[in-house]
Amino acid sequence: MAWYLIVLPLVAAGAAFAISSPMWRVRILTTTAILHLVGLLAALGGWGTLPAGAWLGLDALGGWVLLVISVLFLVCALYAPAYLALRPDRDGRIFTGSLLSFLGLASLLAQSQHPGLTWVAIETTTLATAPLIYFNHNRHSLEATWKYLLIGSVGIALALLGTFFIAYAANMGGVEEPLLYGRLMRYSAHMSRPWLRAGFVLTLVGYGTKMGLAPMHTWKPDAYGETPGIVGALLAGGVTSCAFLALLRIYAVVSAAGEARFANELLVGFGLLSMAWAMVFMVRQLDFKRLLAYSSVEHMGILVLGIGIGGNAAKFALFHLAANALVKSVLFLSAGNIHRSYASKQLPYVTGAIRRTPVSGWLFLLGFLAITGTPPFAPFISEFNIAYTALTTGHPWVGTAFLALLGAIFLGMSDTVIKVVFGTPSAQRVRTPYKDTFATTAPMIAALTLALVMGLWLPRPLQDMLQSAAAMVGGQP
Amino acid sequence: MFHDILITLTVLTNFTLVATSRIHKSIQVAAFQGVLLGLLPMTLGLGFHVHILLMAAAAVIVKGWFIPFLLRRALAKVHIHREVHPYIGYTVSLMLCALGTGMSIVLAHNLPLKPGGPFALFVPAALATLFTGFLLLVSRRKAITQVVGYLVLENGIFLFGLMLIEDMPILVETGVLLDLFVGIFVMGIVINHISVAFDSMDTRQLAELKD
Repeated sequence: MAWYLIVLPLVAAGAAFAISSPMWRVRILTTTAILHLVGLLAALGGWGTLPAGAWLGLDALGGWVLLVISVLFLVCALYAPAYLALRPDRDGRIFTGSLLSFLGLASLLAQSQHPGLTWVAIETTTLATAPLIYFNHNRHSLEATWKYLLIGSVGIALALLGTFFIAYAANMGGVEEPLLYGRLMRYSAHMSRPWLRAGFVLTLVGYGTKMGLAPMHTWKPDAYGETPGIVGALLAGGVTSCAFLALLRIYAVVSAAGEARFANELLVGFGLLSMAWAMVFMVRQLDFKRLLAYSSVEHMGILVLGIGIGGNAAKFALFHLAANALVKSVLFLSAGNIHRSYASKQLPYVTGAIRRTPVSGWLFLLGFLAITGTPPFAPFISEFNIAYTALTTGHPWVGTAFLALLGAIFLGMSDTVIKVVFGTPSAQRVRTPYKDTFATTAPMIAALTLALVMGLWLPRPLQDMLQSAAAMVGGQP
Repeated sequence: MFHDILITLTVLTNFTLVATSRIHKSIQVAAFQGVLLGLLPMTLGLGFHVHILLMAAAAVIVKGWFIPFLLRRALAKVHIHREVHPYIGYTVSLMLCALGTGMSIVLAHNLPLKPGGPFALFVPAALATLFTGFLLLVSRRKAITQVVGYLVLENGIFLFGLMLIEDMPILVETGVLLDLFVGIFVMGIVINHISVAFDSMDTRQLAELKD
């Protein structure tokens, strides 16, 4: 158990909240992000050895997800100083404090080996991220925060009921406390089937709400549309990954109990529905931040679809988690820059970004190409392999529908993106002082480079880790 | 015996909740439901264990007094008394609530119970209360009534949690208490912001964001 990964960000959050100097606050943010990643890499050396009966511990699955979050957080933390310097009007204390608390709670979640503790961590990440959505303190951000809290809380309440159902299933089978995932998986054969199935449905709907699977995604476009790009990046790659991990832990118990078939049908259904729903709303979407939100709904769909197909596709769904988080950070941060430069995020007003903010414009375009599965970026590898596995392991219709939806989404999304990036600059534009600088673009270039490298080569230890994480999801304790 | 009466009353309060248009009354009924749920653990013959007392006290004090107090205070600020033009009318809401209660009984029939124990009515009542909470959440316009809906949804989960309180007290307590705190307390803060920013609590005004 790497307790410092939890404690360090939380202490830093307290410090950032207490300190009144904005300069020191951002220093704390970036230093903590770097230390967290270094500490995590050091801790990952021992992911194979999880002591039995531990409530907290870093295993392959949790380690992989936390690694993704930690890298994403570092990208955001490197971008944050320049962003906060552009927003001296807003209180950076709550902002920095919330960001850092989120990192600490995500570390708790990744290491949690108990469904109750996992649930507590998810609940508290919602709390930590709500002030981030309300950052702009205007009517729209209030509306977005209200929807996020209300819909998110209902989802989390359902996940709690699902957790109780699974606890009852274990209780009926004579499994005693503590209900660690490892124990649940070992004694899964004794668990009561009806309760286990009902519990899985509830946790899928509950954590699915938090992930933003259709049709429980309705908070997502509002929340992502109204927050700063940096928060959007963290929500789309970080908070959703947390909820996905919580769902995967329950899925692992269900598949260990031999109920994977039942669960897979649900996951494939929700996956395809999310992709189709997102596609409908992406066509002719005028607001490019909402466009990214629907793209996030789509990619959450791809994640659960990959898990539902199983086998090699499950492994590439986990790979896709990383690919999506990296590319989404590029898209949200560059969209944030373009938004700042035009003081608008609506299509008729924002055109020709490539001339006004050349670097952000190019990054937005490349990010779009990467996320829609253009080789050689990382999302191509995962999307290709998920489709390949679906087509070759007896899911021909699912595979075909998956490919058709990907194609349609590429076309739908490209229309808006091309206009934003290449269109002729509109005459009635507002003049803003924003210009692309090294500090507001370099973190994105790093993230995109990483997504490119991942598409070509993944280090051996990470490949092994991914393999064992996928095995855990498949129900091997 | 006594617990069956309490559960029946809980289900009856569900119907009152969906049928009332006065916000004051719905807060009152939700508080009453909280007190009923607080009394329930005492009547189950589980003894007066510290965990049981904690759950009971949490329900009576937080659900029965504190949250209604917060909601009334928020209500006093904005001078609204009625839920005007809900998305789903009161008659239809009542029928839907009856339908949901019936479906809960059917659903609960498919979930086997541990033999023995006083929990025969718990699962259908928990599901019915959960459904009522949902119905209030989606059918009402005022932020306060939506919070009442969330409170009722929580009550359903609380009811189910009581079935596990003896065997898994810590899981149930943390879950229920934290959920309660987060849901209501944080929403209370946001409601406050809404009433300041919009001078009302009508969530119709929170409908500018759409496609």
